[in-house]
Amino acid sequence: MTLSETQAPLLRICALTKRFGGFTALHRVSVDIRPGERFGLIGPNGSGKTTLINCISGAFRTEPGTILFRDEDITPLQPHLRTRRGIARSFQIPRPFRSMTVAENLMVALDFAAHEHVSVTQRRDTMMSILDQMGLGSKVNVLATQLSQVELRKMELARAMATHPKLLISDEAMAGLSSSEVDEVLDLLLSLASRDITIIMIEHIMQAVMRFSERVMCLDAGRIIAIGAPSEVMADKRVQEAYLGT
Amino acid sequence: MKRNDIAFWIGAVVFLAAVLVMTQVVANQYPFFAGYVILQSIALAVAWSILGGYAGYVNFGTSAFYGVGVYASVFMVSAFGAPLPLQILTGAAVGALMGLALGLLTLRMQGIFFSIATIALTIVIETTITNWRYVGGAAGIQIQRPAVTSPFDSYVQMLFFVQAVLVVLAVAISRYIQNSWIGRGLQALRDDELAAECSGVPTLRLKLLACVISGALMCAIGAPAAMYLQYADPGSAFNLNYSVTTLAMSLIGGTAHWAGPIIGAILLGTTQQVLTVTISSEVNLLVLGLMLVLFVVGAPEGIVGLINKLRGHRKEGEI
Repeated sequence: MTLSETQAPLLRICALTKRFGGFTALHRVSVDIRPGERFGLIGPNGSGKTTLINCISGAFRTEPGTILFRDEDITPLQPHLRTRRGIARSFQIPRPFRSMTVAENLMVALDFAAHEHVSVTQRRDTMMSILDQMGLGSKVNVLATQLSQVELRKMELARAMATHPKLLISDEAMAGLSSSEVDEVLDLLLSLASRDITIIMIEHIMQAVMRFSERVMCLDAGRIIAIGAPSEVMADKRVQEAYLGT
Repeated sequence: MKRNDIAFWIGAVVFLAAVLVMTQVVANQYPFFAGYVILQSIALAVAWSILGGYAGYVNFGTSAFYGVGVYASVFMVSAFGAPLPLQILTGAAVGALMGLALGLLTLRMQGIFFSIATIALTIVIETTITNWRYVGGAAGIQIQRPAVTSPFDSYVQMLFFVQAVLVVLAVAISRYIQNSWIGRGLQALRDDELAAECSGVPTLRLKLLACVISGALMCAIGAPAAMYLQYADPGSAFNLNYSVTTLAMSLIGGTAHWAGPIIGAILLGTTQQVLTVTISSEVNLLVLGLMLVLFVVGAPEGIVGLINKLRGHRKEGEI
């Protein structure tokens, strides 16, 4: 048993259910995410991955079910309060602030989600260092609408990083990218994980999931069908059936 | 204080001084009558754009706020014989409460649903006032102006100056909001509300704040109108024209910058005044419609947007 397994979970999801009218998108999902873990979330289209993310980040209200983050029940909290507690996310389809430059996009997060009061100069320095890490240093004053697809993905991650997260949820940050770009984004995520940020990664690109994750969970029709080491989950018969059909 | 701030406040003082000098020098009363309406348009457009422009929540309830301002004055005068500053302050207070109530009721709705709710608000309040005998009901009410205080020769001159002060106040607040964290938050939620929430922006609270400030200003701006006309009736105080022209002025000027509504209001307000006098008041409505169509098609970001675009092109050309 490794040390991380004995620690209290960073995020604990208990019997989470989400219904849209008569359709049950998530059915009694329970899972613990450990501090510092690299967690992969997979499943066929419509299996409830993004719904789960929306429930964690607060975009959807859940009933019944509870979400504990660092031992605090965050279920009743609005999204911005969860962000301030340390949960950040990117979106499957990038959602930049379109009327703003890259710098301004990050400044929103720095202005509103910062935990302590720091001077404008310090915030600008933080912004620049995040952009440099993400390889967007040269795009500071470019309008968000003028970025390429891969740059947009990186900016989403940069904006999420600007909120100073403890848990980062990346929702298909690599969808639609070329293989070299996938590697680029993957390296970025790995470098973030090495800095004590817990990461949940939703992805369809299996090589990326295998390379990134310490643990993988597979959802199908709103239920967990497998959870464990990446190679075990891939070998699971039900996972293969869910992806390929029977 | 930054250099921009100093320049702004010098401009504001010069503007107010010019208005004051005008009231002392110009003998003809007409420029003040017409000028008052233009100043009122500027102030309304600026106040409107705090919610309608920065936050992108299109409020059709300008006439509701304006009318409530007028009737707050009417009530304060009939009940207590309150002086003008107190009328304006009452208007602002009532407007803030109304903004808060409207916000709590409607700001969870987005887009067109919010706009429709604000129209409904106008109708509800107008109906209420129409049936309230104390403030004149449907027939309207006459108001006696008190004696004018020096240095002004006539009451209209004084109102003209007071409205100029309200313009400066509205612009200063709007400018402060745009340059502060509030403005950045509002701009973020206008672009994408969910992304803003997930970046830590308390969207509902910021929208409420914008609604309260915008509402308080619009009511305060309406308050002196009772004294200006010496008469108030629900039909004209709650006239939907205020909503439409205010919106048109902001959109034509451009809502992304605090100066946009000022430019739009001066342009449109002056044109309307000139056309009303030289041709007819019906033609000014036609021109309003035409200009709105022209700008929506040709310059959807308004005059400010157009200027920025031209500047941007020039910059790109230089590189």
